Amino acid sequence: MLLSKDRKIPAPSVNPENKPYFDAASQGKLLIRKCAACGEFHHYPRSICPHCFSDKTAWHDAKGVGIVYTCSVLRRGAPEPYCIAYVTLDEGVSMLTNIVDCDLDAVKIGMKVRVLFKPTDGGPPVPMFTPA
Amino acid sequence: MSIKGRACIVGAYEHPTRKAEDKSVAQLHAEVAKGALEDAGLTRADVDGYFCAGDAPGLGPMSMVDYMGLKVRHVDSTDTGGSSYLIHVSHAAQAIALGKCNVALVTLAGRPRSEGSSGTQPRSWGANLPDAPFEAPYGIVTANSYAMVAARHMHEYGTTSEQLAWVKVAASHHAQHNPHAMLKDVVTVKEVLDSPVIADPLHRMDCCVVSDGGGAVILARPEIAKSLKRPVVTLIGAGEAPKGQAGGKLTLTTSGASRSGPAAFAEAGVKPADIQYVSIYDSFTITVVVQLEDLGFCKKGEGGRFVADGNLISGSGKLPFNTDGGGLCNNHPANRGGMTKIIEAVRQLRGEAHPKVQVKNCGLALAQGTGGQLGTRHTSSTLILERN
Repeated sequence: MLLSKDRKIPAPSVNPENKPYFDAASQGKLLIRKCAACGEFHHYPRSICPHCFSDKTAWHDAKGVGIVYTCSVLRRGAPEPYCIAYVTLDEGVSMLTNIVDCDLDAVKIGMKVRVLFKPTDGGPPVPMFTPA
Repeated sequence: MSIKGRACIVGAYEHPTRKAEDKSVAQLHAEVAKGALEDAGLTRADVDGYFCAGDAPGLGPMSMVDYMGLKVRHVDSTDTGGSSYLIHVSHAAQAIALGKCNVALVTLAGRPRSEGSSGTQPRSWGANLPDAPFEAPYGIVTANSYAMVAARHMHEYGTTSEQLAWVKVAASHHAQHNPHAMLKDVVTVKEVLDSPVIADPLHRMDCCVVSDGGGAVILARPEIAKSLKRPVVTLIGAGEAPKGQAGGKLTLTTSGASRSGPAAFAEAGVKPADIQYVSIYDSFTITVVVQLEDLGFCKKGEGGRFVADGNLISGSGKLPFNTDGGGLCNNHPANRGGMTKIIEAVRQLRGEAHPKVQVKNCGLALAQGTGGQLGTRHTSSTLILERN
């Protein structure tokens, strides 16, 4: 049993392209980007689709649920252990994140998780996940 | 047009230091350049092409060309992290084939150990990196990035920590014969598994060392190589392949070696079974397993079984690897392991590796590197080298 502790999270650098994503995060909403030309989602979000290079991309509200694609608890070299993971969203794309507010020893690949938001050090909150 | 047979590695030098508190980074670059020139039997005046990456101080090659007093007509500062130097060898062969230079110098040096670097520290992120806002907040560091690859590989293919440990065990068997190696003790699978977990499922002994030092290689056109008093080592195939997150459609257990490898083999006209020695970038034990699979030395998913039971140990295993002890035991100068991979392959082809680890009649070798992080984005480079 290794209960997760809140850690100081570095603020993301917000730029004109990613600002809507972090503005939505401040409202407790997870956005993902979808391309109208090829119909595919992608992450991290871009204005031009990395799958087909069309500029017909737009923001969509993600359901905010997914499964752990892979994970690792960093146990040395950090003030507190934390779990880094890729979560594959219901929409089919995977995003780098942390699994939080849970027993870190119990986090497993394939586990169902849901989004929540954690404050950062002087920036907008960022999406993280916890067991669903 | 192919680079096959168009350029030879005529000089190779690895700095003996592992902790260089009393030297500057520029000084280390110059010392390895001097060492490689002496090894080749060439002089500074012969060098007309210079290659370096992000470990070289200053903007690309400018400061180092000036510092060393080089007079060159071709420069290249391609930076793909630890695989840069393999790519430099390939690009140098291209430049030589096109007549842009005759003698190309490639240098690497750094002192991360003296500067207190570690694989559990966050790296510095450039202000405009598009991926950083979506990664830096989550504490991605070198160790947990590769650990996620290992965890997924175990999930998909049943790879075990014991199998990964065999990579370290084999490296340690080789390092015991290298007087310069940072870690010379032979270790067992149990000792690897008993070392502390750094990032699940990777233990401390699954991780490479942090060392100061550097290395250099010199390439020249074949006519020059034949005029020198050194065994001739010729580049016969090369490939390079960046790989990332594919817009979120992850395939984390496959590396760019799945593309750079086949490209190099096709150019060389040889196949994995022909290779007698491999230098494989070993930032972590999992890095070796993934690359060996992607290069075709075994099927995808069978890398764990392939490396087990000493199969990578020179003299007893089927595929001797990293006979200098590699990054896991010998050194990892500038946190960039590509240069030392080339140098040990050259030693093997020259018959100048330590007698205890020298592959008999080594005529064909492969050097493989991945720079960046397998867990996020990286660039793979593969070289195939032949003794003539």
